[in-house]
Amino acid sequence: MPRLPHRGSSQPVWLLPLVIAFVCLLSVLPLARLLYAGLRFSFEGEATGLFAEPATWAAIRNTMVTASGGMLISVLLGAVFAFVVTLTDFRGKGVFSFAFILPMMIPPQVTALAWVQMSGPASPLLKTLGIAPPLGSPQPLYSVGGIILLLGVQHAPLVFLALKAGLACLPRDGVEAARLAGASPLRVFRDIILPLTTPGLVAGAALAFVSGVGNFGIPAILGIPASIFVLPTLIYSRLSSFGAGTFAEMAQLSMMIAVIAGLGLAIQQWALRGADYRIIGLSGRNAVFSLGRWRMVFEAAFLVILFFVLAAPLAALVASSLVPAYGVPLNFRTMSLEAYREILFRQSVTLTAFANSLFLAGATAFGLLIFSVLTAYLLARRSGKLANVFAALIEIPYALPGIVLAVAFILLFAAPLPLVNVSIYGTIWIILAAYFSSFFAVSLKPVMSAFLQLDPSLEEAARLSGASFGCRMRDILVPLIAPAAGASVILVFLIACSELTVSALLWSAGTQTLGVAIFNLDDSGSSDLAAALSVLVVVMVVLLMLILEMLAKRLPRGVLPWRN
Amino acid sequence: MAQLILNHVSKDFGTGQAAVRDVSLKVREGGFLALLGASGCGKTTLLRMIAGFEEPTEGSIILGERTLADGSGSLPPEKRNMAMVFQSYALWPHMTVAQNVGYPLKVRGVTGAAFDVRVREALSVVRLEDFASRRPAELSGGQRQRVALARCLVSSPDVVLLDEPLANLDRHLKAAMLETFREFHARSGATMIYVTHDQSEAMALATDVAVMSEGRLLQVAAPEEIYARPEGHVVGGLIGQGAVLELVLPDHDSRLMGWPMIEKAFRQMGGPRRAILVRPEHVVADPDGVMLQVRSCVYEGERFVLSLLTSGGQALQAYSPFAVVPGSLQPFVIRQGWLV
Repeated sequence: MPRLPHRGSSQPVWLLPLVIAFVCLLSVLPLARLLYAGLRFSFEGEATGLFAEPATWAAIRNTMVTASGGMLISVLLGAVFAFVVTLTDFRGKGVFSFAFILPMMIPPQVTALAWVQMSGPASPLLKTLGIAPPLGSPQPLYSVGGIILLLGVQHAPLVFLALKAGLACLPRDGVEAARLAGASPLRVFRDIILPLTTPGLVAGAALAFVSGVGNFGIPAILGIPASIFVLPTLIYSRLSSFGAGTFAEMAQLSMMIAVIAGLGLAIQQWALRGADYRIIGLSGRNAVFSLGRWRMVFEAAFLVILFFVLAAPLAALVASSLVPAYGVPLNFRTMSLEAYREILFRQSVTLTAFANSLFLAGATAFGLLIFSVLTAYLLARRSGKLANVFAALIEIPYALPGIVLAVAFILLFAAPLPLVNVSIYGTIWIILAAYFSSFFAVSLKPVMSAFLQLDPSLEEAARLSGASFGCRMRDILVPLIAPAAGASVILVFLIACSELTVSALLWSAGTQTLGVAIFNLDDSGSSDLAAALSVLVVVMVVLLMLILEMLAKRLPRGVLPWRN
Repeated sequence: MAQLILNHVSKDFGTGQAAVRDVSLKVREGGFLALLGASGCGKTTLLRMIAGFEEPTEGSIILGERTLADGSGSLPPEKRNMAMVFQSYALWPHMTVAQNVGYPLKVRGVTGAAFDVRVREALSVVRLEDFASRRPAELSGGQRQRVALARCLVSSPDVVLLDEPLANLDRHLKAAMLETFREFHARSGATMIYVTHDQSEAMALATDVAVMSEGRLLQVAAPEEIYARPEGHVVGGLIGQGAVLELVLPDHDSRLMGWPMIEKAFRQMGGPRRAILVRPEHVVADPDGVMLQVRSCVYEGERFVLSLLTSGGQALQAYSPFAVVPGSLQPFVIRQGWLV
C-alpha cells in the first residue's frame, strides 16, 4: 500500500519554508547585519573617536530632549482630545477625529515645511495678512523648542488612537454602577476611567517617544539650518560627508538610536507590569458624560487648536505654493500656478521623483500583498511559539526608526551581492528592498485580521468539496479577504509614497523619491516648488484616506489606523 | 459506497489528556450513526478525523478498500469524497446559492448543462429551486441549513458528516429539519454520521447510536436497544431520563430486574450494593409499594414530574397524572430496573 502523506493540516508543504525565507530575508538578515557591524566596530575600537566628539553627545542630548518634550505635548493634546471625543456628548466626533489624525498621515517634512511657511518673517501667509514679523527677526521654529512642538503635533494622534482603543471598550454599565454608588462625574473619571485607561495612555506615550527618537523629517527641516543635530540627522550628515570611518560611525549611531528607542519601550513594559485591566462585562455603548454648557467651550477650543495645528499650516503651504518666491505676499497680482507647472511639466528632478515614488509605492504595496496573504494564512492557522516569533520578527523593522533600517540596508548591500556579483547599492532596488522590510508589518496587519476573523469552516467546507490549496485561495479565501487586501495596498501605498527617512539615506542621483525631492527643493531655497509638491502630496494623502474611509464598512475592525 | 471502519483510533493534542482514546467502530454502508455525548467528550474531534481535518495519533480509518488514515499519514480531506454540514453552515457569502451548491462539481470539472441539471436537482431535494440566485445573507437559518445540505448532496459523497447541525435553530425549525434529514438519508442512501449532544435528535434520526464520554466510546447500538439496555452509568444517564439506585441485589442471570427482586432489595440492609437504572415511567404509585418521600412535584404540561427520595436518601423520578403534595410519603412500585 502506498504511504499516505502527512496532510492533516491545510497548508501545502512548501508554505512554511517559503514564509521562513521571507521573514529571514526581510527581517533577520538586515537586523543581524546591523548588530554584527555595530558590535564588531565597538570591539575593534575603530570608532572610539565618535564618543569623544562633543557633537555626538550633543546629538544624544538633543534626541532625548526633543523626544521627551514632544511626547509630553503629544500626551497632553492626544489625551484631552481622546477623553472629550469618546466620553462626552461632543458634536461632530467623526470629522474632528479625522482632522486630528490627519497630521499623523502627512509626512513629517511636509508638516515642518508648512509650519515654517506659517511663521517667521518671510511667511507668505503672514505677509498677505500683514502681520509678519519684521525682516531679519529669527524664524522661531528653527530651535529645539520648534522641533519639540512639531514632534508633539505630529505624534499626538498616536496617543489619541491608543487611548481611544481603550476607551471604546470601557463599559457603560461600569460607569453607571459607579454613578449609582454615589460618585460624581469627576470622581468616576478619576477613580474608574483614568485607572482603566492607563495602559492605553502609557502605550501611546511610549509610541510617541519612540517615534520622536526616530523622526528625521522634522529635525532635518527645522534643526539643520540652525545646526541643531539629533541622532538621525547626525547620521544623515555623516553619510553626506562620506569618510573612511563612516560605516562604523553610522552603525554605532544607529545602535544608539535603537538603544534609546528600546529604553522607551522598556519603561513602558515596566510601567505596565502586573496591570491586567481586561474589561469584564458588556462593552456596549460608550459611557457618555454630558458636558452641558461647557460643550460649546470645548468645541470652540478644539476648533481653535485644529485651526493652528492643521488649517493654518496647510493654508500657509498652499499660499507659499502660489507665490513666485518666498517672502512675497499673496494677492491676485502675484498669484500664479507657475510652481505647479514647473514641478509637473518642466523639472526633470520632480518628474523622476514622481515616477520613482509611484513605482516604489506601487511595487511595495502589491508585492508585499502576496507575501502578506501567504504569511497571514500560515500564521492564522498555526498558533503557538513559532507564530509569535514570526509576528515579532515582522514587527521589528517597522517599529525600528527608519534611519536605523536604512543603515542596516546600506551595510547589507554596500558590497556586491554574492554569486551574481552585482551591486544594488545606489540603485532604486535597495530602496525597494528596504521598503519591503519596513512596511511588511503595515501590509500584513489588515490581511491578518481578515484571516483571523474568517470562520475556519469556510475553508474546511471547500476542502471537503475537493478543492486544492490553489483553488481554495482563488475561489474562497482571496474573495473573502479582498476588502482587507485592498486596505492593505492603499495603506502601504499611502505611507510609502511620501516616505522620507529611509530614502534620505538610500537615494542617489536618479533614484530620488518624492520625500527626498521636497527636502532637497527646500534645502536649495526653492521653497515655492517644495510647497507645491507638498500640497500635491497632502491632496493625495487625503484622497487615499477618504477612499479607505469609504471602504471602512467592509473592513475587519482595527484595520484602519484612525478608526476603532 | 462502502463500510467505514475505525480501528483503535486515538488523538492526543499534547494537552496531557487524549481527546479521543482507542475508539473502534464500524459504520455499516448506508447507515445513519449518531455520535452522542456531552460537549468536550471528543465526538467532534472524532468527526474531524473522519473528515481528515485532524490526523489520528494512533489507529487507522478505512473506507471500503481505501485507507484514509493510519500511523504513517492521512489522506487530505479534498481527496476523501466526503461532505459535511457544519454547525455554522459554512456557506460562502460571496457566492450565490447555486454557486455554493455547485462548487464541489466545479472543482471536479463538471460544467455546462450537466452542472446546471445536477445543481437544480440538489436544490429541488431541499425545496430551494427558487432561491438559486440569492446570496446566503438573504436566507433564513433553516434555508441556509438546507443549502448546506444540498451542497453535500450534489457530489454523491461516500460519507456525509453532520456537526451539530441543529444547534443554532429554534425548536420549531428543528422538528422540520429532522424530517428533512430523514428524507435526505432515505433518498441519497449515503452513510451519514451525525454529531450531537441532544439525545432526542439522536434517537429520532439514527439507525445506530454511539455514546462517547471523555474520549472513549462507551456503547454502540440501535436506539431502542441503547435505551432499554444501556452499558454503565454514563450511558444510562445520557440516554433518556432515569436515576441510578444503589441497592443490595442478588446475582441474577438477566440484567433486567423485576419488582419482586427490587422490593426484596429495599428490605435488605447489609451486603454488597449494585447499581440499577430506574426510568421514571417504571415508577408508579401503588398501595403495595415501598414508601418514598415526595420532594417536589412539577407540572410539565402533559404530566407531573415527581422528585422522590428513598429512605436511604437516594433520588429518583416518577411521572404522575395528578399532583402530589410535596413532603408527603407515598407508596410506589418500581416495575423494572436495569443493572448498569
